Amino acid sequence: MTAEAVATGARARAKRKRMAMPRVALHGFLLVTAILWLAPVGWALFTSFRPYSDTQAHGYVSIPHTLSISNYRHAWSQGQIPQHFWNSMIIAIPAIAIILLFASMIGFVVSRFSFWFNVPLLIFFMAANLLPQQVIITPLYELYLRINLPTWISGSGLLYDSYLGLIVVNVAFQTGFCAFVLSNYMKTIPSSLSEAARVDGAGVARQFFGIILPLCKPALAALATLEFTWIYNDFLWAVVLMSSGDKRPITSSLLNLQGQYFTDNNLISAAAILVALPTILVYALLQRQFISGLTLGANKG
Amino acid sequence: MSDDSPSMFDPEELAGRTMSRRGLVAAAGGGAAAAVFGLKTAQARGAVPASWLGEHLAYGTVSFGSNASDPVPKAAYQKVFKAFTAATGTKVNVNTVDHNTFQQQINTYLQGQPQDVFTWFAGYRMQFFAEKNLLTPIDDVWRKFGQDFSPAMRAASKGLDGHYYFVPIYNYPWAVFYRKSVFAANGYTVPRTWDQFIALCKKMQTDGLTPLAFTDKDGWPAMGTFDILNMRINGYDFHVRLMGGKEAWDSAKVKAVFNQWRELLPYYSSGALGLTWQEGAQQMITKKAGMYLLGSFVGQQATNAADHADLDFFPYPMINPAHGQDSIDAPIDGFLMSKKAKNVKGAKQLLQYLGSAAAANIYLRTDTNDVAANKLSTTARYNTLQKKAAKLIGSSKNIAQYMDRDTRPDFASTVMIPALQQFLNKPDDVNGLVSNIQKQKKAIFGS
Amino acid sequence: MAVDVATGLKTGGAGRGARAVRLSTADRITLTVMVVVPTAVVGVFIWFPTVASILLSFTNWDGIGGVGTAHWIGTRNYHEIATIYPPFWPAVEHNAIWLAFLTVVATPFGLFLAYQLDKNIRGTRIYQSIFFLPVVLSLAIIGFIWQLIYSPTEGLINNLTGNASSTHVIDWLGNPKLNLWAVLVAVGWRHAGYIMVLYLAGLKAIDPSLREAAAIDGAGEWHAFRTVVFPALRPINIVIVVVTVIEALRAFDIVYIINNGRNGLELLSVLVTDNIIGEASRIGYGSAIAVILIVISIVPIIVFVWNSFQERDV
Repeated sequence: MTAEAVATGARARAKRKRMAMPRVALHGFLLVTAILWLAPVGWALFTSFRPYSDTQAHGYVSIPHTLSISNYRHAWSQGQIPQHFWNSMIIAIPAIAIILLFASMIGFVVSRFSFWFNVPLLIFFMAANLLPQQVIITPLYELYLRINLPTWISGSGLLYDSYLGLIVVNVAFQTGFCAFVLSNYMKTIPSSLSEAARVDGAGVARQFFGIILPLCKPALAALATLEFTWIYNDFLWAVVLMSSGDKRPITSSLLNLQGQYFTDNNLISAAAILVALPTILVYALLQRQFISGLTLGANKG
Repeated sequence: MSDDSPSMFDPEELAGRTMSRRGLVAAAGGGAAAAVFGLKTAQARGAVPASWLGEHLAYGTVSFGSNASDPVPKAAYQKVFKAFTAATGTKVNVNTVDHNTFQQQINTYLQGQPQDVFTWFAGYRMQFFAEKNLLTPIDDVWRKFGQDFSPAMRAASKGLDGHYYFVPIYNYPWAVFYRKSVFAANGYTVPRTWDQFIALCKKMQTDGLTPLAFTDKDGWPAMGTFDILNMRINGYDFHVRLMGGKEAWDSAKVKAVFNQWRELLPYYSSGALGLTWQEGAQQMITKKAGMYLLGSFVGQQATNAADHADLDFFPYPMINPAHGQDSIDAPIDGFLMSKKAKNVKGAKQLLQYLGSAAAANIYLRTDTNDVAANKLSTTARYNTLQKKAAKLIGSSKNIAQYMDRDTRPDFASTVMIPALQQFLNKPDDVNGLVSNIQKQKKAIFGS
Repeated sequence: MAVDVATGLKTGGAGRGARAVRLSTADRITLTVMVVVPTAVVGVFIWFPTVASILLSFTNWDGIGGVGTAHWIGTRNYHEIATIYPPFWPAVEHNAIWLAFLTVVATPFGLFLAYQLDKNIRGTRIYQSIFFLPVVLSLAIIGFIWQLIYSPTEGLINNLTGNASSTHVIDWLGNPKLNLWAVLVAVGWRHAGYIMVLYLAGLKAIDPSLREAAAIDGAGEWHAFRTVVFPALRPINIVIVVVTVIEALRAFDIVYIINNGRNGLELLSVLVTDNIIGEASRIGYGSAIAVILIVISIVPIIVFVWNSFQERDV
């Protein structure tokens, strides 16, 4: 916001303060709600530090007699957390790069030029993002089984059960949203800049890479944060399109911990916390980007 | 689906899937010489067919798809593979997927990138895939050890076309489990008839126990109750025909099963549809529930040795004297070779080993809740429960493979699981329930 | 979901309405590549399978042996689904309840939180972070965490309220009358935070002088909200509605984790996967359910797209 808007807003808010509901009640309500809000995660955290023997002996709602990080150690090794996390990275990072590239290309074309196909193109992309995943799952699966890849790209020789396969489906599924956001964002870049570049003899490619993209850094950062969270949290694509247990990304690997013969709630809490940790960290560190990506602020960050 | 030929459910074919009494006595290893685990001693005492021993050729690496995601079976298989590699030099690359997910994804798995060899079950569930040409026939492997299995086991390992596809390793009975100390402390006796069973339930209730632990969040455990009630009331032959789509579900016989089942509902665990079978086992083991109908794998939940030693079981009580207690569910677990196997020689070598008594012995030392399928496996190391299980299987006239293995997989998962859950929620509307099952059955089976 | 809060603050235009510019060949090639490559990827991997799903829904294919083995059976799948498939109508009902809950409970609660936190009271940043936290968790994780709370014998609620013995439990997840609501609480927990953030941005974008004027008028807070603030949020409201509907239709992960979507937790999305991915492999049948999902989703998609392009200067 501009400084002026901030000042006006602050004055308005100061005025409203005097007329709002009693502050105490509001604070009380927010405090209680916030505590209740954190309770589920807090409970999982609490359970995760209790050894199974402790909860077996005294129940889950009890003062712990011992606390340990043994559940985390087990989850780490039995759940093969490092490996699955690495799988998630192998999928997410290239996917994010490609998504942003594709989305900014589409955004660029649609916002800087007025072709007849601009609107249909955007619809084409946006609607793809809004479909429920189950709608395409079977033909996609059959398609994947039929696309051959050299084995140095995919261990299985097919697009199925390969990292590339998951990268591709995430790219296809998420590009629409980012294209829309970036096209709106790019429209706010004054045309005078492109004009100047054109006059200087810069071709379209140079305009794109040299001028427009760098100016989009805040939006790109915001989208990257969002996409990381969404791709990391993906469940269905991985469960259906990746059959090798050890190549699965991390969210779908949680299923492995619900064993056939033994369901250890403490272990699962520790595993859930471990799996959730990266997204929580990303959010904590990049909260601003995260939220701005969601809201597509009218101002340029 | 409706184009499938009806011959799949021919009664003669079904008969091929049954097990005769004689066959099972032999299968339970009664009378076989004791053999210790370890290949050399085993082969010295004839537990491993001599023809196998010459195969010290290493065939690279065989990939193995496993649904044994729990620590105990997982460790047991690891020991088996270690012995295999030590004996032959062929390595085994194991891909373990969580048990339920493995089963749910089997169709996509088999068409995608299946491993060379993978764990599966006997019954129509296996024959279905053989019919769809997704498995490799292994008659040549069976030629090497066929004589070590009873005729019933051999029949269970064949597809509908008469070729061998399956290598069994163990099976386990479904029975009513309880803790001996609980029965002793309260003066309970093992019931043999239905009336005695209900009377026992009533007594347990007044004593403050949940008489029958029952859980059906997973969807499949309720099938065990249906199976055994159907076999007790209507007999094994009717049950097999019903599973094969040859009988109507809205018949009076099926309604009788549900009506009988309703008598048990007051004695079940509270909130049964929200409980997993592990929680049911815990209820029985921690003495909160008196009895639990489940497969003998329930023993895996008794991690404390004293608890495990206290476990016992009895066969489901008799309802119809015409059928007595002559039938049980005793599913067989084993292995299949996918059609798309890359290392064919290695896969066949592994299968040959897995069908040997030695492999079963090694496996059962770690996972002590099942009974070996190979006649020549040792029973000397069996614990009391295993011996009793072997005896029960051996003495049963008829063996079924459990509903979700005896009938079409799509029928079992999309129709029966929800239907049984619906029954547990609304036990009084049996007519509506069975007529809907029948409609769906007609749509799926085609008749 | 993207939200264009720029309605009140349309900034200067970009290349819109620029005079036609002649492009060099190199430029033409670049632009073609820029358009064709992403379009091809999305076309092949999203739209082609969508069309294939529609076609498959009229067959009885069982997924094995190549598409050539499929037989055309017309609308029989649809007929069976609507008449003899027990989970179908309950699933539709549950999706509808899901939508109603999100619309009537979770979204307004998010709006309420946004409104209160917009007042810039002390600690507002912390509160925002706390309320938004569930949004970054995947629904699968949320399923796992809330099972710890709802478990009949080992869960938090039953143990706190003394309902955890083996003879009497409140079966939050197994009782089909209760479990949908139990799950919706968990989903609402996440949805409210999401909505809150969107509305916070929307509130910030409202011209402050408008709100000042309402405050000076002496009208009560609720009155000011109803007559000034809420109408000014109209562009966001439409997006919020669409987001809510899409989320209700997409719901899958959490019920799948809890009990595979049975016994009171049936949803259309789960029915599709049941028939396609489970051992059942009734591809044609499952595709028919998928098409029903498409048809229901088309409406909010069109609304969203229409709305988005109304706001743009096309």
